[in-house]
Amino acid sequence: MTAERTGDRLFRAAIAGFAGIILLAAVALAWQLTRESAGTWKAFGPSFLWTSDWDPVADVFGALPFLYGTAVSSLLALLIAVPLGVGAAVFLTELASSRSATILIFAIELLAAVPSVILGLMGIFILAPFMRWMGSPYGVGMLTAGIILAFMILPYITTITREVLLTVPRPLKEAMYALGATRWEVVRGVSIPFARSGVIGAVFLSLGRALGETMAVTMVIGNSPNISANLLNPGYSMAAVIANELAEAASDAHLSALVAIGLTLMAVTVVVNGAARLMIYRLGKRP
Amino acid sequence: MNQEHYARRKRLNAVMFALTAVCAAVASGTLLAVLAYIAWKGASSLSWAFLTNLPKPVGETGGGIANAIVGSAKVVGLAGLLGIPVGVLGGVYLAEYGRGRYAFAVRYAADVMNGVPSIVVGLFAYALIVHPMKKFSALSGSVALAFIMVPIVLRNTEEFLRLVPGTIREAALALGVPRWKVTLFVILPTAGRGILTGALLALARVAGETAPLIFTAFGNRFSDNGWLNPIATLPHTIYTYAISPYEDWHNQAWAAALILMLFVLLVNVTARVWLRPSSGTSH
Repeated sequence: MTAERTGDRLFRAAIAGFAGIILLAAVALAWQLTRESAGTWKAFGPSFLWTSDWDPVADVFGALPFLYGTAVSSLLALLIAVPLGVGAAVFLTELASSRSATILIFAIELLAAVPSVILGLMGIFILAPFMRWMGSPYGVGMLTAGIILAFMILPYITTITREVLLTVPRPLKEAMYALGATRWEVVRGVSIPFARSGVIGAVFLSLGRALGETMAVTMVIGNSPNISANLLNPGYSMAAVIANELAEAASDAHLSALVAIGLTLMAVTVVVNGAARLMIYRLGKRP
Repeated sequence: MNQEHYARRKRLNAVMFALTAVCAAVASGTLLAVLAYIAWKGASSLSWAFLTNLPKPVGETGGGIANAIVGSAKVVGLAGLLGIPVGVLGGVYLAEYGRGRYAFAVRYAADVMNGVPSIVVGLFAYALIVHPMKKFSALSGSVALAFIMVPIVLRNTEEFLRLVPGTIREAALALGVPRWKVTLFVILPTAGRGILTGALLALARVAGETAPLIFTAFGNRFSDNGWLNPIATLPHTIYTYAISPYEDWHNQAWAAALILMLFVLLVNVTARVWLRPSSGTSH
């Protein structure tokens, strides 16, 4: 009897230890990034985030061009992907037969599994030449990055929106049909308003993905630290500058500045993901 | 005029649904377009020699990606060995004992880690291993990928364990089996299929990760020499070849992308077919 209890206690302690590894990792991650970036925060203070000189040779660092590029490319992605995704979700729930919906959703979910370096490859050799053909001066740039990102987050928006649309109570829709509404009027008047908070949750979740996406963006954004209102001009993103410069960072100050960008990126995604979870949590609580 | 109004509403209905059909076609057609293009571009450079040769210097034809394939297998394999047990056992804890404040903290940490961009996880592995050792290494790449896998496997394991009916646990406990044995040898195997597929999907996901490997595994033009040296991987090779100025390397990038895509596709399709509810434990 006691032997069994000891076994149970040992087992519980052991697996609690394994569960603790991820907790430890999260704390260590935040701590390491804070420590390694301390030099930058000390040298530049918070103005690191709103100055735009990035000169590794002179050890002068300001992260604004990267923050700008990350924000603009992600917002562009949302602008493209949200209408597409919501439209696709409406089609999948309202019009497609359940058989064809299953196949289409399979294809959409698999798109999310395509490695981002492969989408970046498509970006370099197909989308960028296409943009050049359309009249973009460089082909690569903010808009190109936004389009590639849009395809990366499209699966999330579509599948989450569809799941929320499936929870719209039938009686609500039927009441509206009984009043003589067309299908589209039911979608606009009942389904979309009902699904709104779920869609917003999906948008935040996708934003979290888009902000931190590295490869596809690095390959097509143009990698030049400019702040330009012209979306066809090359830009840079936070993740891209880390990817490009960290392995070759020669000075400790440069390394520290890159880690500081990483810490900022992490803080932003944690906040955005937290907001997304809150939305989805509130959705679950709704009667 | 009432008739006219009705006709206009019907027209709007038709137009809007046609638009949603276009959206759905774009969303699901993208995958097909990507697959078809990679197959077409990649197949022309694919050969047995490409899979078994080492890279050749620029200008010499006939270089291959054997080192990257072996490197990816090693880095991802070690990541799995590190990440899957941690994730599964941690998931068992959350499912079996996960009510207190500690479990809440673990769940929260897993959600945070799941949302952290992979490049930041790479930064962590860099600060943890590469910086102190002053050397890029296969090991640091594996550790970075393992940190990405753990939260995925953990939450997936917890979810599948929760689907195991309580009656199974009670039946085993009623026979006088100690709880740890019930958990490990009755409950875990019952949810085994779901847990295993989750782990496989996590492996496929990290096999395509490039960002955390750029400054950990780093890449290597030669066949690898040990865990503590830089190593080539498939996604990183695709990246470096794609941004290079050489036509021959571009073609090789497409062929390497085809190999990577086939692997990811194979795992994803297998997982789905395998998980289709046929036995009565889930849903």
